[in-house]
Amino acid sequence: MFYKLSLYAALAIFGLGLVYKISAWFRYRIGVDARGTSPAARVGAAVKGILLTLFSGKIITLLKVFVLDVILQVKVFREDFPRWLMHMFIIGGFMMLLLFHALEKYVSYVLFAGYYPTVNPFIFLRDVFGALVVIGVGIAIYRRVTLKGRRLRTNAQDQYAIAILAVIMISGILLHGSKILSFTRYEEMVQEYTIQADEQDLKGLEAYWVKEYGLLSPGSREPFDAETLERGKLVNEMSCLQCHSRPQAAFLSYSVASLMRPVGVALDRAQLPNILWYIHFLACFVGLAYLPFSRMFHIIASPISLLTNAVMERGKSDPANIATRQVMELDACTHCGTCSMRCSVGIVFEQIHNVNILPSEKIGSLKALAAGKELSRQELSTILEGMYLCTNCYRCTVACPAGINLQDLWFGVREVLLEKGYPEFLVLSPLSYYRGLMSETIDGGRSGKAPDLARGAIVAGCDAKVIQDRTVPLALGDSTLRKKMETSLQAQTFSHCFRCVTCSNACPVVRNYRTPQEVLGLLPHQIMHAVGLRLWDLVFSAKMLWDCLGCYQCQQQCPQGVCVADVLYELKSVAITRTREKIAAETGVKA
Amino acid sequence: MNFALLRCCVTSIFLKQYESATNAVLGALGIGLVDIKEFNCCGYPLKNFDLKAYALSSARNLALAEKLQLNILTLCNCCYGTVKHVEHLMKTDSSLNKEINTTLEKEQLTYRGGVEPKHLFQILYHDIGLDTIRQKLVKTYENLKVAVHYGCHLLRPNNVVQFDNPFAPSIFDQLVEITGAKSVPWTAKLECCGSPLWGVNDDLSLDLTQTKLSNARTAGADYLCVICPYCQIQFDRVQRIMHSRRSGASTLPSLVYTQLLGLCLGLDRKSLGLEINELPGTAVDRYFAPETGAREATAASA
Repeated sequence: MFYKLSLYAALAIFGLGLVYKISAWFRYRIGVDARGTSPAARVGAAVKGILLTLFSGKIITLLKVFVLDVILQVKVFREDFPRWLMHMFIIGGFMMLLLFHALEKYVSYVLFAGYYPTVNPFIFLRDVFGALVVIGVGIAIYRRVTLKGRRLRTNAQDQYAIAILAVIMISGILLHGSKILSFTRYEEMVQEYTIQADEQDLKGLEAYWVKEYGLLSPGSREPFDAETLERGKLVNEMSCLQCHSRPQAAFLSYSVASLMRPVGVALDRAQLPNILWYIHFLACFVGLAYLPFSRMFHIIASPISLLTNAVMERGKSDPANIATRQVMELDACTHCGTCSMRCSVGIVFEQIHNVNILPSEKIGSLKALAAGKELSRQELSTILEGMYLCTNCYRCTVACPAGINLQDLWFGVREVLLEKGYPEFLVLSPLSYYRGLMSETIDGGRSGKAPDLARGAIVAGCDAKVIQDRTVPLALGDSTLRKKMETSLQAQTFSHCFRCVTCSNACPVVRNYRTPQEVLGLLPHQIMHAVGLRLWDLVFSAKMLWDCLGCYQCQQQCPQGVCVADVLYELKSVAITRTREKIAAETGVKA
Repeated sequence: MNFALLRCCVTSIFLKQYESATNAVLGALGIGLVDIKEFNCCGYPLKNFDLKAYALSSARNLALAEKLQLNILTLCNCCYGTVKHVEHLMKTDSSLNKEINTTLEKEQLTYRGGVEPKHLFQILYHDIGLDTIRQKLVKTYENLKVAVHYGCHLLRPNNVVQFDNPFAPSIFDQLVEITGAKSVPWTAKLECCGSPLWGVNDDLSLDLTQTKLSNARTAGADYLCVICPYCQIQFDRVQRIMHSRRSGASTLPSLVYTQLLGLCLGLDRKSLGLEINELPGTAVDRYFAPETGAREATAASA
C-alpha cells in the first residue's frame, strides 16, 4: 500500500515536473533571439520545425546523430576514454536494471518464459549490471576528486546525482545480500513453496541451504551429516530449484553477504532486509520524482540538444526555435566540465576569480537569467565579465558531449547583458574583435555603444576640471597608482623618457589625425611625462590610451629604451582597476 | 622535426582555410605537428586588462610544451609576439616568474625556460631553407605583384621577438619571391593592419586599414600577402565590411602566405581553401607561369 502510494506520488511529481520543465523551454527567454517571441508562437514554430525536419532529408542526419552521439556517445569517447567508460557503465547498467529488474513485471516476465529474478542467468545478470553501475559511479567520484585542480568544479547537483545513484545501488546490493543470509526470508519461502514436507525434510532443507545457499540459520550449524543433506537436496530439487538458483551466481550480493555474515543473525532480527527494501525503493522514487528538477534531467534534454543542434543553424533556422533551443540547452548541460577543461581562457580563472569565466559555470548563471530571477547590478556585472572573457574559439561547443551550441548562447546573452548599460571594461580589449566581426548581425550599430560606455566610465572617474582646464595641481598625485604600475620591470622604464617625441612621431594613430592632440588628449610622449608627474586624471582620460594599437612602433624606435607600448598596456590595466574601485566606492558594486 | 602547434583562437570560425592550408604546407615540407589538447589562448587579448592573466596564459602553454619536450610553433603573429614576450618576462622578471609558476604548480606544471617559441617563417626560412622549398615547387607565378605585410608582432619589439631587422626586414619578401611573385616596395608595409581596434574603435581601425590598402594599391600590388590571422581577417572580412560602410575604396584581396605557397607546391586546392576567402582569391591562378612545354609552344607559334 505504502509502496504503491509512494510510487504514484513519485510518478505524479515526475509527470508534472516534466510538463513544468518542458513548458519552460517555451516560456523562458534568454539571448537576443528570444526578443519579441511569445510562448505560443514558439510552440507553433517548434511544431512546424519538427515536422519539416522529420519529412526532409535531414532525417538521415538525425538518425546518424542518434546512433553515434546519443547512443554510442562518440563525442565523449573522443574526448576522454575513462569518462566514456564511466558513462556507458552507468547508463548501460542502469537501463538494464530499470527494464529487467524494476520493470520486470512488464518486461522480463513477458519476454522470457520461465523468468524468475532468483534463477540463473537472471540472478547473475542483475549483479553484472549492478557492478557496471557501481564501477561507473566509482569512476565518477574518482574523476571529481582527482580533476579538481583542472577546473572541474563540483556543485550540489553533481553531488546529488552521484549520491542518489550510489544510494540506489548500494541499498539494492545490501538488500539482496541481507536477503541471502536472512532466516526470516527463508522461513517465509518455506511456508509459501514447500509442499508435503515433514519435519525431517525441512531440517534437511535448512541444512542444505545453509551449506549450499549461504543461509544463516540461528539453529543449524555445519557440519551436517550426509543423510540430512541428501534429504535436503531432494526437497530442494522438488520445491525450490525451479525458481531459485544458488545465490553464489549473484557474485556482488553474495560477497556482501559474506561480509555481513558475522553479524547476520542480529541484522536479520533487526529486520534489516525490510529496512533496506524501504530505502531502496524510496531512493528510486525520490530519484524519479526529482529527476525533472535535477541534473539527471539531461537524460531527456541532452539527446534533444544533440539532435536539434545537428539540424539547426543561426541564420537559417527560425529565431523563435533558436530561442527555444537555447533555453532547452541549459537543461541539457550535464555539468561534466569538458568545456571548462578545454576552455581557451579557463586558466585565467586562476588569476581573475570569477567562476563565470568557466563555461560550465556560466550555464548556472544563465539558468538564473532565463528564469527571470532578479539579479543585482553586482551579479549582472560579474556574469557579463565572465561572458566577455571569452576568445570565441568554439572549443567548448565542439567538445560539448551534449551538443550544446555554447558559443551561440554566450553571443546572445552577451548582447542582452551589454544592453543593461553597465560598463564592461573587457570591451576595450581585443576580445571585442569577434563582436566587431559579427557586427552585421548585431542590429542597428549597437556594437559601438559598449566601448563608448566603458571609456565614458573611465573618463567619469577622472577629475573633470583637470581634464577641461588642463590645469595641473601643484601637489603630486596618488603615488599608490604608480606603485601598482611598477610591479613589472618593463613598466618602470617610463622614467628613462627625455621627451624627444620619437614615439609620438612613430605612432600610426597619431599620424592618422590632422590635429592629434585634440582627438587623442595626450600623445605617447606626453603620457610618459605625465606618468612621471603622476597626472593620473590626464593620463586615464586620454583617448590615446584606449586607441593604442599595441603595434610597438613607439617602443621599437625609442632611443632611450622606454617600453612605451608596454607602459601604455599597464596604464590601461591600472586605469580599469582604479575606475572599478571608484564605482565600488560609489555604488557598492565591484564592477 | 616535430612541433607543438599553438592554434590561434580566431582562426576556428573566421579563418578555417588558414589552418588547413598551413597543415597542408607543413605536411608537404615534412614538419610534424603535435596538437596539445590542453593548450589555451596565448593571452594576447588580456594584455590591456591584466598583465598577470596574460602572462599566466602563455606561461602555461610554455610549461605544457616543455613537459613534452617540444618546441612551440605559432602561425599567428599575435600569439608569437605574446609567447615570446612572456618567455622574455619569465626570464627577466624573477618575481613575476615566481608568482606565475606558483599558480602553475596547482596543475603540476612549471616553466623552467627550456622552450624557444618559433614562428612559421623561422621554420621555413631557417630550418627548412629557401633552396629546399624551391626544389619542391611544381609551379611558379609570373608577373604577380604582391604587397607583403609583415604584421607588427613578428618584428617589434625586436629585442623580444628576435625575428628580423625591424626597420628593413626581408625574410617574408624572400619567401614570397621564391614563388616567382614580385614583392613590391610600399611605404605602409610595416604598419599595423588596424585589427587591434576592430570592435573597439571601428572608425580608427578602418582608417588604418584603408590607408594601408590604398598605399599597397598605389604601389601596384595585385594582392596583399599576410601571415597573421588577425591581419588576414582584417584585410578580408573587415575589408568587405569596410566597402559596405565607406564608399570609394577599391578592393585589394589578400592571401595567407601558406595559400600562396601551397598553390606552387601543387597541394590539394580544397585544403588551401581559396574559395572560402571573403574577397576572391582564386584569380591568383591567372598568374601561373606557363609550363616549360607550353612556354616553348607559345614561343614556336610566335
